[in-house]
Amino acid sequence: MDKIRALIVDDSSVMRKIVERSLRQAGIELDKVVEASNGAEALAALQGNVVDLILCDINMPVMDGLEFVRQVAKVESAKGIPIVMITTEGSESHVVAALSAGARGYIRKPFTPDQVKEHVLPLLGKKP
Amino acid sequence: MTTDISFATRAHEENWLPILELAVEEVFEIMLGSRVKPASSEHLVNGEFTAMVGLAGALCGVLTIRCDATTARHVAKSMLGEMADSEQQVADALGEVCNMVAGNFKNKLAGTDERCLLSVPTVISGAEYSFRSMADGDSMDTVLLFEGAPVAVRLQLQG
Repeated sequence: MDKIRALIVDDSSVMRKIVERSLRQAGIELDKVVEASNGAEALAALQGNVVDLILCDINMPVMDGLEFVRQVAKVESAKGIPIVMITTEGSESHVVAALSAGARGYIRKPFTPDQVKEHVLPLLGKKP
Repeated sequence: MTTDISFATRAHEENWLPILELAVEEVFEIMLGSRVKPASSEHLVNGEFTAMVGLAGALCGVLTIRCDATTARHVAKSMLGEMADSEQQVADALGEVCNMVAGNFKNKLAGTDERCLLSVPTVISGAEYSFRSMADGDSMDTVLLFEGAPVAVRLQLQG
């Protein structure tokens, strides 16, 4: 598998590290990891970085994950980048809202590396 | 129609404590790779670190997790390995555990998670403080042993 560039968006630096580690444990080779602590920072990061995958929390200060996904849909250069939500919000309404806004996957915290593998690999064109 | 107050009543009538304990156990097992079990009540917790997450909406209150500094560092190391090298990361790790427990708990309650929002976590370090929640209704308390050390979990709901 080619190495990928990932944008990880979470207000917890610990969770960003765990998500990165889970990607590696899923067998995904990372060329570059860009981190952002909220949706606004992530949008700014997309201006200066090309990424292949975005993993994003929902509950964050400044700009939450759902609004970030809506905003990404308006950024021409970011269209088509798969976004996977990783969040404590497990309600059906949040899942529907995220997928309707353009997210391609949804993982509930707490999560295992196998769940990351199962949800992320198909989005990169690989079998889990 | 279900009213907000009915959730406090449900907590009392349905005994949500085992659900809260299960939510804690799952988070520790999945994210920290450690089995925790409810401890007997004689375990006193030195609350040098306190993480809290507010719940608003249909279920209104605050969830707190308290432990001593050594245990908090152990939590962070279990999540991050040797990368857990600062007090900021220790606090961040405990806050994230609290956040996941709150989310996991509300996701287990039928009809609750759709109408309940979580705050971002807050973490207090230092034991010399008093804590008073405006959510002054029923509270559920449990102490669990994480690698032999007590961790106190309290869910205080608005009455």
